Amino acid sequence: MTGLPASTDKKLGLVIDLDTCVGCHACAVNCKEWNTGGHSAPLTDEDPYGGDASGVWFNRIHAFEVGEGTAGRTVHFPRSCLHCETPACVTVCPTGASYKRETDGIVLVDEDHCIGCKLCSWACPYGAREYDLDAGVMKKCTLCVDRIYNENLSKTERVPACVATCPAGARHFGDFADPQSEVSILTAARGGYDLMPEIDMKPTNKYLPPRPRANTCTAPVTDDDSIAPSGFLGLVDRVFSR
Amino acid sequence: MAAAGLYTIGGSFWEFGEPDWDNTEFFMMFGVAEDHDSNPIKKGLAKLKERGAKFVSVNPVRTGYSAVADEWVPIRPGTDGLLVMAICQELIRTGRVDFDWLARYSNAPWLVIDTPREASHGSFARDADGHPLAIDGRTGKPSNALRSDIRVRLSGTVEVEPGVPARPAYDLLMRRCMETAYSPEIAAARTGVPASVIRRLARELADAAFERAIRLAQPWTDWAGRRHTHVTGRPVAMHAMRGISAHSNGFHTCRAIHILQMLLGAIDCPGAFRYKAPFPRPCPPGQKPVGKPGEVAPGAPLAGMPLGFPTWPGDLLVDDAGRPARLDKAYSWEAPLAAHGMMHMVIANAHAGDPYPIDTLFMFMANMSWNSSMNTTRTMEMLTDRDPESGEYRIPHIIYSDAYASEMVAYADLVLPDTTYLERHDCISLLDRPISSAEGPADAIRHPVLKPDPDVRPFQDVLITLGERLGFPGLLTAEGEPRYPGGYPDYMVNHERRPGLGMLAGWRGAQGELIGRGTPNPEQLERYKENGAFWFHEMPPEMHWNRHANGDYLSWAKDMGFIDSTNQIVLQLYCEPLQRFRQAARGFGTYQPPKALCSRIETYFDPLPIWYPPLAQAALLDEYPLHAITQRPMAMYHSWGGQNAWLRQIHGANAIYLHHATAAAQSITDGDWIWVESATGRVKGQARLMDGVERHTVWTWNAIAKRKGSWNLDTDAPEATHAVLFNHLIPEFLPRAGDAARLSNSDPVTGQAAWFDLRVRIRKALPEEAGEAAPQFAPLPRPPGLAPAPTISRYGEDFHPRPKPLRRKLT
Repeated sequence: MTGLPASTDKKLGLVIDLDTCVGCHACAVNCKEWNTGGHSAPLTDEDPYGGDASGVWFNRIHAFEVGEGTAGRTVHFPRSCLHCETPACVTVCPTGASYKRETDGIVLVDEDHCIGCKLCSWACPYGAREYDLDAGVMKKCTLCVDRIYNENLSKTERVPACVATCPAGARHFGDFADPQSEVSILTAARGGYDLMPEIDMKPTNKYLPPRPRANTCTAPVTDDDSIAPSGFLGLVDRVFSR
Repeated sequence: MAAAGLYTIGGSFWEFGEPDWDNTEFFMMFGVAEDHDSNPIKKGLAKLKERGAKFVSVNPVRTGYSAVADEWVPIRPGTDGLLVMAICQELIRTGRVDFDWLARYSNAPWLVIDTPREASHGSFARDADGHPLAIDGRTGKPSNALRSDIRVRLSGTVEVEPGVPARPAYDLLMRRCMETAYSPEIAAARTGVPASVIRRLARELADAAFERAIRLAQPWTDWAGRRHTHVTGRPVAMHAMRGISAHSNGFHTCRAIHILQMLLGAIDCPGAFRYKAPFPRPCPPGQKPVGKPGEVAPGAPLAGMPLGFPTWPGDLLVDDAGRPARLDKAYSWEAPLAAHGMMHMVIANAHAGDPYPIDTLFMFMANMSWNSSMNTTRTMEMLTDRDPESGEYRIPHIIYSDAYASEMVAYADLVLPDTTYLERHDCISLLDRPISSAEGPADAIRHPVLKPDPDVRPFQDVLITLGERLGFPGLLTAEGEPRYPGGYPDYMVNHERRPGLGMLAGWRGAQGELIGRGTPNPEQLERYKENGAFWFHEMPPEMHWNRHANGDYLSWAKDMGFIDSTNQIVLQLYCEPLQRFRQAARGFGTYQPPKALCSRIETYFDPLPIWYPPLAQAALLDEYPLHAITQRPMAMYHSWGGQNAWLRQIHGANAIYLHHATAAAQSITDGDWIWVESATGRVKGQARLMDGVERHTVWTWNAIAKRKGSWNLDTDAPEATHAVLFNHLIPEFLPRAGDAARLSNSDPVTGQAAWFDLRVRIRKALPEEAGEAAPQFAPLPRPPGLAPAPTISRYGEDFHPRPKPLRRKLT
């Protein structure tokens, strides 16, 4: 239905570091704040003060546990569009509203051509599409296309809102087509991985696994509880200067 | 929390200090600490992990920061102090203590008089000039401990006068820590942390501090004028907050953590905890609370600061019979070092007329009929209770200021609508909670970005206007005209607490050329606005370390008005002010506690660190086998407006979290409705099972639950139907012992509210009880004039650069 570019000049995307994400939701809220007034404005909230509040969010954080006991881990997992190289959400679109840009690889929705059929949200295996019931169109992460090229902003601000705000430095933005970019180097160094690579959508965004846990204890701990000569017994004869 | 730090190291965690994120090798965090300094901590944790430094989180619950810790140590709530004392024992036993540091920077060598039957017992021995004494290593005799050339001993005994033996403070501390009660094995049984883990943690701390010590080539000059070419760093840092302080043993637990830092020499040196200006200050700072009988008069301002740091019983705010002068009983024998006040007791005390009835309760942003109170159900009754004889309300008038239609608004006779911080000036001052970094002092302003509703006034302006109308001299000129006609921004610039010292430290002086001290600058707020609303001054690098003993820093800090003297700030391993209260309880001195409180004061005013089980728990272990604690979700921290349309989509309901095994023992499965019961009340909510929680602990998110009809939310909002409020379970008083007076559920030293001492049991709800949280209350009536909340929010559409297509709502 809708075609994909054979290749893209850039492959813009995010690196999300699961080692340092503490689940504070700053990225989700700042995303909402920027994007509700941006390219896809508004990110409508239905019943915002009622019993079933439900809104459009481009970035959602899931918390779950892996493993057991002190060896286990609580994972905070931010989830947004991965800007895949071969995204089914585009190829399935009957009107061309859903498209992937040849210049930078960003997957966008042209709301003027979206008929709200939701085929793309059925096709996306990552659940990254957000249907705006009120507007009747599909919306999604734009990688803050209205920030990253925005010359009204200072250069340091020309990154997606989620990256700009993350206090833990758990989000990085850059061009994966450039092997020397920060995101490419980081991905290589930390073993960044694709989500569900087996379905072959070639996601651009990468996730960094938790680092091996720091362990500063190498020697075994004994339960010897004798008092060391350097402990208080040896203290009586010692003098210390001020 | 801060009280223990200020009496021990002249600083504290949170706003008062921070870990040296760039250099520490081993970082230990105790309890929930996700609120204050939250973004700097997140940045810091990321730095640690990038550098491969180890992060250990001691916490009953593995959420938030604990989720990214290299090691999670699940501990039973309220036992952190015991864990720390066992680590101290292990360090002392293995001789891995920084004795040189203790001798140089702490009162470890100071001699403590050992005359159990006399008033002076437990005091420092002093010479005729008041200097503390230490054992002079060359002569074996007592000598002025503050001399820079003295060589001291840290153990042994010596006669300071004939028949008056004394021991160094370290000797006493060492003996305390070596008591069997603080052995890793005994601690393991109560904390749930295996003895092998405790021993390993001690060794890892010592390895980091001593094997990986830092030698930083940074010259500096000490308090005695001696030049040093290097600074020694102990790359071990610690942090704690509410998880520690919300227990009735919080003061001593916090003190124990500071003592552990001192044993390792890990204070304000590379890799360790670092002070943030205006700290360190003397231990404790010099100001005393004002408000004794006679110091408070109708229609007159208080003669000084209401909060301060008592150092002996004569500083208490009590009458001649020892009864509390303040309504909250802060600074009484019930809570002598109540440096934070005791807000949580105001309504219960006012209702009981104890220590006296009141006419008007005036509160600002304190949701006391809901999530800011203990025993919320009962508190709501107290707010509307009448004296059966007179028919009058027991609390006749309530004035309340809030920016939102919170649960408390419904109980007010007079509501003063406040602005949000987007609509007013604010001042984040060095005089209050500093936002400094370790490299230098900082402060900030907020200035309005929105125009407030004409019927709304910033609360600070209201206070200034009230002061003017009451004729308070500080707010009026000599001619009786308002001194700050421009309201709070005028006050921020022109109020001087002492000549030249005001709310803001930046751009002082007529031309804005001065920092810290200087005449008011009419252009000051403009300078702040030009600088992003912040002021920061980076101190020269020779002032960055050992500031309690850094001569250059101490004189500069005195010039800045942070401290009054350039004397070395000797850190207090042994806390003599506590002993003064304890001796009073033993019958010595001019002022003594009421009989019923003597043994309490004697027990808890121990000048050495102790651990004791949280007070309210002692009697309840069998009947209520579980602990119940709360934490504020990070997305909501410091968000008074939890009804915000976005935040409530993140946290609009809250379940009761518990361990799989704990649930299985009662056939509870995920999603079941359960009752949580305490001796005070019971709440019902949905169970969520997890692995990352200590097995004797249930927990939930704090302050999500809302009363039906409040906050302009619909009555079917999940905040009312699917959210639990543990406050209903928490007693505001300790169980009454015999005919003794009721004592608040607080730390007996500081009066800090013991929110986390709660003991509970759980029970599966009956099938017919499922479906809605309990307790429920009659929906609050809508405040008059409040517009209905919108049923859809298209916030942001006006910002869109192009016209939107026609709405095509499909459903």
